[in-house]
Amino acid sequence: MSEETKLQTDNLDLYYNKFKALNHISVHIPANRITAVIGPSGCGKSTFLRAFNRMNELIPDVRVEGQVLLDGQDVFALDEVELRRRVGMVFQRPNPFPKSIYDNVAYGPRAHGIHNHQMLDAIVERSLRSAAIWDEVKDELGKSALRLSGGQQQRLCIARALAVEPEVILMDEPASALDPSATLRIEELMQQLKAEYTILIVTHNMQQAARASDYTAFFMMDDNRAGTLVEFGPTRQIFTNPRDHRTEDYISGRFG
Amino acid sequence: MTTVIHTVGQTRNTSGQVKSCSTSLAHVTSSQYLRDKSNLKSRKLTQQSAFALMWLAGSVAVAVLVAIVGYVVWLGAKVITPDFILQPPRGGMAGDGGISYTLLTTFYLVVLTVGIATPLGVAAATYLVEYAGAIRKHRRLWSRLIGIARLGVETLAGVPSIIFGLFGYALFVSALHFGFSLLSATLAGACLILPVIIRTTEEALRAVPNSYREGGLALGATKWQTIWGIVLPTAAPGIITSIVLSVGRVLGETAVFYVTLGGSYRMPTSIMSSGRTLALHVFYLATETHAFDKAMGTAAILVLAIILINLVINLLARRLNRMMKG
Amino acid sequence: MAYKSARLMDRGVKGILLAAAFLAVAIVFTIGLFILRQALPAFSQIGVFRLLSGTEWRPSQSIFGLLPMILGSLLVTLGAIVMGVPLALGCAILMAEIAPRSITAVIRPAVQLLGGIPSVVFGLFGMRVLVPLIRQIPVPSNTGFSILAASIVLAVMILPTITTVSEDAIRAVSGDYRDASLALGATKWQTIVGVVLPAARSGIVASVVLGIGRALGETMAMIMVIGNSVIIPQPLNDNPLTILLSQARTLTGNIAVEIGYSSGLQTNALYATGVVLFLLTILINSLAHALVKERAI
Ligand SMILES: Nc1ncnc2c1ncn2[C@@H]1O[C@H](COP(=O)(O)OP(=O)(O)OP(=O)(O)O)[C@@H](O)[C@H]1O
Ligand SMILES: [Mg+2]
Repeated sequence: MSEETKLQTDNLDLYYNKFKALNHISVHIPANRITAVIGPSGCGKSTFLRAFNRMNELIPDVRVEGQVLLDGQDVFALDEVELRRRVGMVFQRPNPFPKSIYDNVAYGPRAHGIHNHQMLDAIVERSLRSAAIWDEVKDELGKSALRLSGGQQQRLCIARALAVEPEVILMDEPASALDPSATLRIEELMQQLKAEYTILIVTHNMQQAARASDYTAFFMMDDNRAGTLVEFGPTRQIFTNPRDHRTEDYISGRFG
Repeated sequence: MTTVIHTVGQTRNTSGQVKSCSTSLAHVTSSQYLRDKSNLKSRKLTQQSAFALMWLAGSVAVAVLVAIVGYVVWLGAKVITPDFILQPPRGGMAGDGGISYTLLTTFYLVVLTVGIATPLGVAAATYLVEYAGAIRKHRRLWSRLIGIARLGVETLAGVPSIIFGLFGYALFVSALHFGFSLLSATLAGACLILPVIIRTTEEALRAVPNSYREGGLALGATKWQTIWGIVLPTAAPGIITSIVLSVGRVLGETAVFYVTLGGSYRMPTSIMSSGRTLALHVFYLATETHAFDKAMGTAAILVLAIILINLVINLLARRLNRMMKG
Repeated sequence: MAYKSARLMDRGVKGILLAAAFLAVAIVFTIGLFILRQALPAFSQIGVFRLLSGTEWRPSQSIFGLLPMILGSLLVTLGAIVMGVPLALGCAILMAEIAPRSITAVIRPAVQLLGGIPSVVFGLFGMRVLVPLIRQIPVPSNTGFSILAASIVLAVMILPTITTVSEDAIRAVSGDYRDASLALGATKWQTIVGVVLPAARSGIVASVVLGIGRALGETMAMIMVIGNSVIIPQPLNDNPLTILLSQARTLTGNIAVEIGYSSGLQTNALYATGVVLFLLTILINSLAHALVKERAI
C-alpha cells in the first residue's frame, strides 16, 4: 500500500474471558483517511476499535495477544492515559457530561493540566468550530450540554474529543442514534476532519460507508463466532468489486 | 492547528503549571501543553495517593467493625456459661445472676411487636401498591390523600426512635394507664417498625413485574386472587426480609423500650409486667450497676444474634436476586 | 356462583386492606399530633422563644431552656460529620470505583453489619474503650465523657448510612460518562473527581443529610458516653479545641433521661423537646428528598 500507515494490528487476538472475540486481525489503517469498519452485529467491530485506545482493558478478564501499533509504536508500551489523548473516541450514544457546553469541551484540556483561561477559551472555540457546532452554541456556552439535540450532542462530543488534539479519532456508530440530516452533518464533518486526523468509523449503514469512507474493512464471525477480517481495501473496490464472495453477499444483502 | 495565545500580565492560573506567565508565555501553545507529558507523572502520583486514602478508609471501616465485635465478643465470652443463660438475673450492685428472664422478655417483645406490625404493615403496603395505584387517574382528592399517607410513612421512617418512645410513653404508659409494661412497649415498638415493614414490603411488591399481574388477570382470576396467588408469593422473600429486619430493629432498640418497658429484671408474668430486653439489660448493667463483665456477656449475645440476622437477610436477598433473574 | 363469591371476596379484601392502610396512616399522624398536643402547655406557658434560647434547664425551679441541649446535639453531630463523612465517602468510592469485586464482597457486608449493631453496644464500647482513652488527655476536669467520645461513636454509627446511600448513587452514574472521560486521557481518579462524583452529587449530599438525621436522633449511645451534664459546652482551658472534652447533653438524651421521673410542666417541656427534634428531622429529611430530586444542571 502506498499510503502512510497510522494504525496497525498484527495477528491481534482478543478474548473476553474464554470467549475469543477477535481472531488474528492484521491490518494497516492509512493516515489522514477515513476507514469504515463494517460487518454483521456481534462480529467484533467495537472490540476492534477499542483495541486502539485500550478501552477494552476496562472490561474485567479481557486478554489481548498480538500487536497493536500507533505510528509503528506498540500501544501497550505507551502509557494508556497518554495513548488515549492521542487516540480519541466518539461513542455510539452521544454522551456529553452533565456539565455546561464549555466545561464539556474544556474537560480534556483541564485533565491534561491546562488551566489558563485564555488558552481554554481558545481551545473551546477552535474545537467547537472544527466540529461545526460553534455557530449554534457560541452564545450559550454556559448552557447544560444535556439540553442540546441529539445531533448537536454528538458534534459536541466530537468537539470534546478534538480539544485534546488527538491524532486518531475512533467513531463507533456515531450516527446510529441520529436522524438523517444530523447524520449527513456528521459525514460532512468527517470529510473536513480527515485533513488533520485519521478516522476509523464503525457503521451499520452501507450507504454511509460507501459515501463517506476511503477504505473499508469487512469483518465477519468465523465458525467459532470469533471476529475475523474478511477483506480490507479501498472503499470503491470493496463495494464494486469485492474479492471475497462473503463481502459481496453481505453488501448486496444489506443494500438490497 | 496550533493556537497562539498572547497572555499579558497575570493569568488566573491555579495549577501552578504556568508560573512565570508575564512575557515568556506569549508563544506557549496549547498544543505544546497537550503533547508535553510532564504532568502525566504528577497525575499518576495524585491518583496513587488518593487511592491509598480510599483504601485506608475501607480498611478503617472494616477494622472498626472487627474491633467492636471482637472486643465485645472476646470479653463477653468469658461470662457466657450455661448458667449465665439459664439463671435469672438477681439485680444487686454486681448484676448478679444470668439473663434468662431477659431472654424471655426479649422473645415476648419481638414476637408481639412483629406479630402486630407485620399483618398491618403488609396489608397497608398491599393496598398502597396494588389498589391505590389504580385510583390515581380519576379521583383527585383520594389520590392526594394517598400521597399524604405515603409522605407520612416516609417521614416516620426517618424519625428518631426516641420520638416513638415519647409517643408510647404519652399515650400508652400515661394516658391509657398501661404503665411501664410489655403492652406499652409492644404497641410503641409496633409503631416503630410499622414504617419499616410498609416501605420494604412496598418495594418488594413493586419489584414484581407487571406481566405477572396481567398474566393472572388474563386467566380470569379476580384482582385479589391474582395478588394472593401470584403477586404476594413472588414478593415473599422481600416481605420476609422486612420481617427479619424488624426483628433486628426490635432486638437492637433501646430508647423506645427504656421509656415504655421500665427496667424490672423480674420474670414477666403478664402483658402488664415491666421487664428488660437484652439491649436494655446492657444499658442498665453498664450505666447503673457498672457490672461491665455481665454487660459484655449480654452485648455479645446481642451482637451474635444480629450477625445471625444479617446472614439470614443476605441469604434471602440472594434468593430474591436469583428469582428475579431466573 | 363461584365467580360471584370470588367477586365478593375481592371487594371484602379490598375493604380490609383499605382499613389497614387507613389505620397505619392514622397511627403515623397520631404520633405527630399527640406529641404536639402534649407539648402545647410548655410552648404557651414557657414561650417558644424562651424555651429554645434559654440557657438553663432546672426542672426543680421550673426553668426550662433547651439551648444547652440544642448546642450539644449540634456539636456532636458536627463532630460526627467531620470525622464520619470522609471515612464513609472514602469507603463508598473504594467499593464503587476502585476495589476489585472480591474486596468489595468483604467490605460491603462489614459495613452492613456495622449498621445493624445495636446502639447500646456502641455505647458500651465507647464507655469502656474511648472514654478511658480520652480521659488520658491531660486537661483539668476532663472526665473522658465528652463531646469527642460521642462524636467518634456517632461517626461510626452514621458510616453505614452514608456509605450505602452514596455507593448506590455512585454506581448509578452512567458508565458512558466514565468511558467518555477515560477516552479523553483523564486518569481514573480524575474521572472519579471530575465526572462521577459531580454526577452523583445529589445522592451523595442526600446520604450526608440522612447521616445528619441519624446522628441527631441517636439516643442511648449518647447517654452512655457524653456525660449528660446540662451545660453549654465550653472549652475546658484556653485551648478552644478542649470544647471537645466538655461534657454535654443531647436533645434525645434529655428526653430519655428525664421522661420517666418527670411531672407537670417538666413533662410538657420534654414533649416540647420531642417536637423540636421531630421538626428538625422532618426538615432534614425533606432536604434530603429535595436533593435527591434536584437534577444535575
Ligand atoms: N464486555 C463484554 N464481555 C463479554 N463479551 C463481550 C463483551 N463485549 C462484547 N462481547 C462479545 O464480543 C463479541 C463482539 O462484540 P462487539 O461489541 O465488538 O461487536 P460489534 O461488531 O460491535 O456488534 P454491534 O454491531 O452489535 O455493535 C460479541 O460476541 C459480544 O457478545
Ligand atoms: Mg458495536
